Amino acid sequence: MMPELTRLQSLLALLAGGISLLAVLTELVTGMTAPLPLLAVLVIGAVTLIRVRSSLNFWLDGLLSVLGAVLLLSVLPFDGAAPLSYWLAMAAAWLFGWLFADQLAMALHRREVHGAFGVLIPLMFGAALLVLWEACTRAGHVPQVILPAPSMIWARLLQSPGTLFADFVQTFVKAVLSGYVLGCGLGFAVAILVDRSPFFKKGLLPLGNFISALPIIGIAPILVLWFGYDWQSKAAVVVVLVFFPMLVNTVAGLNAASAMERDLMRTYASSYWQTLFKLRLPAAAPFIFNALKINSTLALIGAIVAEFFGTPIVGMGFRISTEVGRLNVDMVWAEIAVAAVAGSAFYGLIALIERAITFWHPSIRGG
Amino acid sequence: MRGWLTVSRFGPLLIVLLGLGIIWYLAALWLNIPAQYGIYQRADVTEWSTPQLIGDAWSQQKPKLPAPHQIIAEMWQETTGYALNDKKSLIFHGWITLSATLYGFVSGTLLGIGLAIAIVLNRATNRSLMPWIIASQAVPILAIAPMIVVIGYNVMAGALDLPTDAARLVSKAVISAYLAFFPVTVGMVKGLRSPEIIQLDLMRTYNASAAQTFWKLRWPSAMPFLFTSMKVAIAAAVIGTVVGELPTGATGGIGARLLSGSQFGQTLQIWAALFAASALSALLVIIVGVAERLVFARMGVKP
Repeated sequence: MMPELTRLQSLLALLAGGISLLAVLTELVTGMTAPLPLLAVLVIGAVTLIRVRSSLNFWLDGLLSVLGAVLLLSVLPFDGAAPLSYWLAMAAAWLFGWLFADQLAMALHRREVHGAFGVLIPLMFGAALLVLWEACTRAGHVPQVILPAPSMIWARLLQSPGTLFADFVQTFVKAVLSGYVLGCGLGFAVAILVDRSPFFKKGLLPLGNFISALPIIGIAPILVLWFGYDWQSKAAVVVVLVFFPMLVNTVAGLNAASAMERDLMRTYASSYWQTLFKLRLPAAAPFIFNALKINSTLALIGAIVAEFFGTPIVGMGFRISTEVGRLNVDMVWAEIAVAAVAGSAFYGLIALIERAITFWHPSIRGG
Repeated sequence: MRGWLTVSRFGPLLIVLLGLGIIWYLAALWLNIPAQYGIYQRADVTEWSTPQLIGDAWSQQKPKLPAPHQIIAEMWQETTGYALNDKKSLIFHGWITLSATLYGFVSGTLLGIGLAIAIVLNRATNRSLMPWIIASQAVPILAIAPMIVVIGYNVMAGALDLPTDAARLVSKAVISAYLAFFPVTVGMVKGLRSPEIIQLDLMRTYNASAAQTFWKLRWPSAMPFLFTSMKVAIAAAVIGTVVGELPTGATGGIGARLLSGSQFGQTLQIWAALFAASALSALLVIIVGVAERLVFARMGVKP
């Protein structure tokens, strides 16, 4: 119907422009309560309906979406209920953002814009979620107990860095890191041993695969009884959790080198250890890193859940469960934000090391 | 016989299991005997023989590490010893966990498939969603389980006037769905993209519409991926439900058994709950495996 637009994009364009128009009309009816800049952006949004006749640049849609988001946030908070036009404007901003992302993705695919702009799409999606969260909770007067606004969580983060840092050290630095290193190291060592014996490979691997599918996290209360309330018991839970994925993946990886390559090593008269270090371990690296990445999230989960079964009065899991009880939900979310950042950073770090070590692998060369 | 034990598929597994059982019994002795001395002292028993000591160490009330037969006896007692609606019955708690798991698994799987379809069919969704779905895995979702349960329960039971049991069920199912959707999404994206270009080109030469290409090529070729990821997802769904049952307030479910066992130092109860959860998880994975075989047979896949 419209030039150069797919059916989905035409629909989005019509909806976005139409809703902007509707918002302007409701403002006209209710007597211009919205601030002037927001109104101006809405009018421009309504004008984009001329797209039906002549094509528009998609950067305009992006600009409208971003401007709309900024203005939507700037008019907060409302004393009473937010006017209808506010919600309409929010929907329009979201639709313009979607329209922009869809067109940008198409342009990227056709190589009409530089590939670096590809980062914009996920960034905009994340930002849009945050804006929507902030605007909905504050304009809709959602009780803070149910869902605090992101700005409130940020304020809490800035207010109590001491507590958060102490919890971070207790849970992440002490329990997660020590348990992770120990558990992955053990899994790796056992895998190397098991690999030498076909008997153990046959006996242990099905068992390891089976145990990986079980809710091992249930062992947490037992380990807390054994190792006491401090971080040692949490580290023990992490060790048990990360051991099996590491074992199974490393053994699978050690079998990844093909018979042809092994034969080549034999023709070089290389010893077992030479074959291991120069051929089989490098070939196993993608599998090992896969386990390391899975384990990075498992470890954090294990440590936090283990804290629900008893801790000293510090730690992320402890803080989450007690602050939920006291209905300090902003503190809970601040703790979750710390956990999310720590978890992502941990994962990202391992992914970076993987890129550096397995640079030869097709998935990284982009071949 | 010797050949069967060392070379066949099950022989080595059997021997390793036996070995682990022996290690378990020895470890139970090592961990429980110190406490057994204390028990004898309090009971004023001064003379005991070694077999008696070993037997007693394997049958304590609150052992540090219960022997396997004790756990099995405890499970037997908890499943058959009480009426099905008794708070002490393991079947009662297992059913609570199972129902929340199934709700979570089904909704998580549907969500995962829906997301995967949106990602595969639309370039913008792929670019905007995929990085965040991957990032969502790096976030310790389970950490917010207690919050979702407590708040979800309060909202649903308080503001929405749902009956309390339903509210509890839904809030647990939400967590289990959150854990289950991820493997399904990732697996299905891979699966729906698994047809090769030559096959897609063939569909074009047939002048197949987008819907036809999807239902006749992409969807069938994604099936192996779907079942593989559903096995991971259902195991994750069990974990999500069990952790969702941990926060105080949840009175039923295997997770609640774990928590009350840990609060009262009832190690046998903890182990029985842990074994029950494992059995449940294994059973569900097996059921998915059977479904996989049935579907493949129906699709005409030769084994």
